[in-house]
Amino acid sequence: MKNGRGAAVASRGAERGTGLDARSLLELHYFMLLGRLLEERLVGLHRQGKLVGGLYRSLGQEATAVGPAYALRPGDLYGPLIRDLGGVLARGYAPREIFAQYLAREAGPTRGRDGVLHLGDIEGRGVVPAVCMLGDLVSVLAGAGMAFGMTGRRSVCLTHVGDGGTSTGAFHEGLNFAAVRKLPVVIVIENNGYAYSTPVSKQTRQPDFSRRGPAYGVPGVKVDGNDVLAVHAAAREAIERARAGGGPTVIEALTFRMDGHAQHDDAFYVPPELLEAWKERDPIALYEARLLADGVVSAEEIRTITAGIEALLDEDQKWAEDAPLPSPESGLSDVICR
Amino acid sequence: MPVATYLDAIRQALWEEMERDERVFLLGEDIGVYGGAFKVTAGMLERFGESRVIDTPISESAIVGAAIGASLVGLRPVAEMQFADFIACAFDQITNFAAKCRYRWGAGVPIVIRGPSGGGVHGGPFHSQNPEMYFVHTPGLKVVQPATARDAKGLLKAAIRDEDPVIFFEHKYLYRLPRVKEELPDEDYIVPIGKAAVRRDGKDLSLITYGAMLYHCLDAAESLEREGVSAEVIDLRTLLPLDREAIVATAKKTGKVLVVHEDTRTGGIAGEVAAIVNEDAFEFLDGPVLRVTAPDTPVPYAPSLEEFFLPNAEKVLAMARRLAAY
Repeated sequence: MKNGRGAAVASRGAERGTGLDARSLLELHYFMLLGRLLEERLVGLHRQGKLVGGLYRSLGQEATAVGPAYALRPGDLYGPLIRDLGGVLARGYAPREIFAQYLAREAGPTRGRDGVLHLGDIEGRGVVPAVCMLGDLVSVLAGAGMAFGMTGRRSVCLTHVGDGGTSTGAFHEGLNFAAVRKLPVVIVIENNGYAYSTPVSKQTRQPDFSRRGPAYGVPGVKVDGNDVLAVHAAAREAIERARAGGGPTVIEALTFRMDGHAQHDDAFYVPPELLEAWKERDPIALYEARLLADGVVSAEEIRTITAGIEALLDEDQKWAEDAPLPSPESGLSDVICR
Repeated sequence: MPVATYLDAIRQALWEEMERDERVFLLGEDIGVYGGAFKVTAGMLERFGESRVIDTPISESAIVGAAIGASLVGLRPVAEMQFADFIACAFDQITNFAAKCRYRWGAGVPIVIRGPSGGGVHGGPFHSQNPEMYFVHTPGLKVVQPATARDAKGLLKAAIRDEDPVIFFEHKYLYRLPRVKEELPDEDYIVPIGKAAVRRDGKDLSLITYGAMLYHCLDAAESLEREGVSAEVIDLRTLLPLDREAIVATAKKTGKVLVVHEDTRTGGIAGEVAAIVNEDAFEFLDGPVLRVTAPDTPVPYAPSLEEFFLPNAEKVLAMARRLAAY
């Protein structure tokens, strides 16, 4: 079990129609909740002035972040964006690593050299970090998928791109490259309504992002990005198609960014009624209601799970806050510097 | 022993590395069936197959991105830019992704991006450029430009075996130039990245150069010899990391430095060489560090314009005489 989480409820029946056992159903919940509660800690640290840089939350997008990553297998490669904290946790990163990354600690995954979710680990957890230039990951993951094919490895690559990121040349070149070579790559477009302050209506004449797939000769799927089971199922189908040699799939996950672009942005440009409408569709609340209704978990068990997460976060936050910053001179290593 | 052109040497390096290491593969535009715009990869598709000699769409950004991804999971891609000018289309993937992986998260990106640069073949503004300095200014990269057939082979092999991204510029004017033909060693060899070469010993002044300009410098040095001036000629071979020791050594030896490059003037490597000489050999100098470069314009098309644009032996000779007079 990842991240030190304790009990699973393996004995109970699977959620009807999902093909997932109770343990998996609860893990999906766990990683969404862990991501949200961890981010709440990061917001606190940000308000205290302890975070080194910006904080770009996944609030409201937790299902889109967790569902696809959870559908990957060991050996697969995952290219998350900055709002995919839950997916990174699902791939095995511990909260203390995330705290240390945001606090720029020497003990963090990038030793204080990069921030946000720009962390990677090829051999272990199969994560390739994004750069801030949107769309770049698509061809990088396509190349990794190409290498898997060349070496007879039946692994799959999955990456995210935002609605705004689909406007870049890198996205189109990468998708075309993956499509023409029929590479094992799944591209999840996180359509969260806004790219910083720019709404989809100013981003593209064709707001049905799932159609980016057929435009390049590959399947395009649209899914409710706030329904973690739907996102997971769509991703799993695409991943297994890719694994079987069926090539890329584009998945549009329709979700909403429930906060500003970053903590400095109050998102005044988002109509309040839009936010209100999406508040009703909170992915964690929706999923908990379903798990409760189907008897997969009890309210008491959710309280226990939440308390367990809070205890883990207490410990990991303290560990990271107590850890030192990198020594100044350490910044000169790992590159030719003369 | 048969003699090899600069182009033969590059093909031999690719071929032998492909034979030696099954992780090595090629990708680029028109490199497979067609054998490359300059025929560098001719015959390689037939020998190594479609999975290792990959014809790609016209997508320099995706070519480099895919090379990065393949390298991250254990392969050794060699990506061709059909002309080095088009490397601009992949600038982001090279400078933001490839160059920073090791520094940010400890991941090596062992890729080579190679292609023909330089003028003298009437290619006009988009098939003649010298884009090396964009990349020399990017920590995390290595930037190489061989001037001889022996170096072309040895440096390309070193680049393919390197654990970090190497940008490998081939001067297209040298590809089939008869005077560059030479016998190559039978045995496997590399030429280390980061080491300059002394191409001609001298004591009165130093000509520091790289790429096709080497031959103009050697010609100028011959003329200077007849005038009683002994010129040393240094071929930098690698621009990043620059061989600081070799630059300082020749500056201290001759006390007079003239830097020659085909790249345009402002922000060219000459400025960096001059700074190094100032920092480490100032008290040995008997004159200013001078330079002969292309002017700060795009590469023009008309023969009269391009000839005026490019440095040549006469221009080097004139400037060297001025320096020798100090």
